[in-house]
Amino acid sequence: MNVAILKLLGQRLFTALLSLLAVSVVVFAITSVLPGDAAQEQLGQDATPQALTALRAQMGLDIPAPTRYVHWLSGIVRGDLGTSSTTQMPVSELVASRLPNSLLLAAVTALFSVPIALAFGIASAMWKDSWFDRIASAGSVAVVSVPEFLVATLAVLIFAVKLHWLPALSYATDIESLGQMLKAFAMPVFSLCCVIIALMMRMTRAAVIDQLEAPYIEMVSLKGASPMRTVLVHALPNAVGPIANAIALSLSYLLGGVIIIETIFNYPGIAKLMVDGVSQRDMPLVQSCAMIFCVGYLLLVTLADVCGILANPRLRHC
Amino acid sequence: MKTNTSQAALTPAAASVDLGNIPAPARCLRWLGGFGWSGLIGLAILLFWIAAALFGSSMLTRTLVPDSNVQIFGAISHAHWLGTDYLGRDMFIRVIDGASYTVGVAFVATLLASGLGTMLALFAAASGRWIDSMLSRSLDTITSIPSKMFALIMVAGFGSSVSMLIATATIIYVPGAYRIARSMAININTLDYVTVARLRGEGTLYVMRREILPNIAGPMLADLGLRFVYIVLLLAGLSFLGLGVQPPAADWGSLVRENIGSLAGASAAVIAPALAIASLTIAVNLVIDNLPGRARRERGVK
Repeated sequence: MNVAILKLLGQRLFTALLSLLAVSVVVFAITSVLPGDAAQEQLGQDATPQALTALRAQMGLDIPAPTRYVHWLSGIVRGDLGTSSTTQMPVSELVASRLPNSLLLAAVTALFSVPIALAFGIASAMWKDSWFDRIASAGSVAVVSVPEFLVATLAVLIFAVKLHWLPALSYATDIESLGQMLKAFAMPVFSLCCVIIALMMRMTRAAVIDQLEAPYIEMVSLKGASPMRTVLVHALPNAVGPIANAIALSLSYLLGGVIIIETIFNYPGIAKLMVDGVSQRDMPLVQSCAMIFCVGYLLLVTLADVCGILANPRLRHC
Repeated sequence: MKTNTSQAALTPAAASVDLGNIPAPARCLRWLGGFGWSGLIGLAILLFWIAAALFGSSMLTRTLVPDSNVQIFGAISHAHWLGTDYLGRDMFIRVIDGASYTVGVAFVATLLASGLGTMLALFAAASGRWIDSMLSRSLDTITSIPSKMFALIMVAGFGSSVSMLIATATIIYVPGAYRIARSMAININTLDYVTVARLRGEGTLYVMRREILPNIAGPMLADLGLRFVYIVLLLAGLSFLGLGVQPPAADWGSLVRENIGSLAGASAAVIAPALAIASLTIAVNLVIDNLPGRARRERGVK
């Protein structure tokens, strides 16, 4: 560790915080300033002016938008997420009941997809243009370019409808044993893994191939090292930064994919909570969920950058 | 066909000069020949869906709901090429009708996003550092919200009419197009002929339009295809969540959502629209990957 790296990391964290602030402005603006008068919408066109003023005061809309924003943001920072407008429950309670489910889903998915994707990515980079590489690459392009719900639908068709291994659509409410939990988890995790593995594999392959085309690898093979040794001892250590970057970026994709997957499998996670919030136009709920997702996303993207900085040997010696 | 492609790859400039002397139909054929088989298959599927989106609903003579014996989630038959949906409507008609929403909305949004992104990028590149960094920073803010999340927030705030969906998809994909166009435009902006044009006294608009734009138009067209795929997937996802195109209109994502109940029966009603989306996005990918003149020639030369 030296001053240059610390300075870069500090800059990166500072940028992330600034982005988060900007994101919060965008989220707040789209959900509660730009759509117009929420009170008017709730009461309809022929509401009396008195009723409008009363409702506005009750909803806090008579305060100017910047003040409301500061109030909202400080509430979020303190952990006070407001009250859901449909269920009248504190949003933080709703989120707290759902967030662990989503984190568990994400963790299990990461646990399976990262090793598989790395192994496949490195293998197809080593045997570039072989039949293995062609099939793996074509498969990953196909998976990335179709909607997530198609992957999930096909998974259900194969494993539940044809093979009868698993229940078609999981409901995680009646989990009693470990076996049931595995069954409830299997389909969502499998569908998410397919998409994440495809993405991560492509990025890993590109990172390793990028290294394999460098002049020093030519030197290594000229000195007579075996292909296995060339890749594992020489190329991989240099590709760690880009690969870590690829892992973090692919995992950040989880945040989008999970929205579809939780809905299709009726999984009681935070993404499902947010989708329900959007269809009921429950703004406090939507705002909080959106901010949680954005924090997660920025965290992963920043982590990707930090890995890139830490793994760059040129920065270590300046 | 093969010799053509390799020539075009080795000397793209010479090939384009050649093309100038050949009559238009032959030129068109030669251009098509550059696609290779998988590219042509992609092009055929893409053209089919575009035709379906443009003329599909007027060409169909069948009736949406049969007069007698309405069957829910009916199997594929002579009367119903793709079976029937959850209300007994003909799935083939529903899919063809859905094409105009899926293809049309995504196409308009793609054009807007790429066009706007390119224009902003040209403006940023041609007008100097201050405007450039301000534009880049503000567009970065949109990038730091996951695309589906942004779409959900927009739908929560403004509802989901077709014009709102177009606006949402445009806003989400402008930064990507901007970033690519800007990185190319910045490089071109430092080249000698641009400096010469500036010294000649040309204004920013001229430099944007006549010096930079022609040089980034080609790559931006390939990027347009990719962006189209992203937008199709995003809108299909939104409709699948029930937050995109609203009933009674339906794009392919909503069709999957409506008929998801028949999944356990493996009915065509849920598989057909999902496969339609896949065929469209994979077709566009095939076309982009095999665009004539793209640096994907190693295999062809071998």
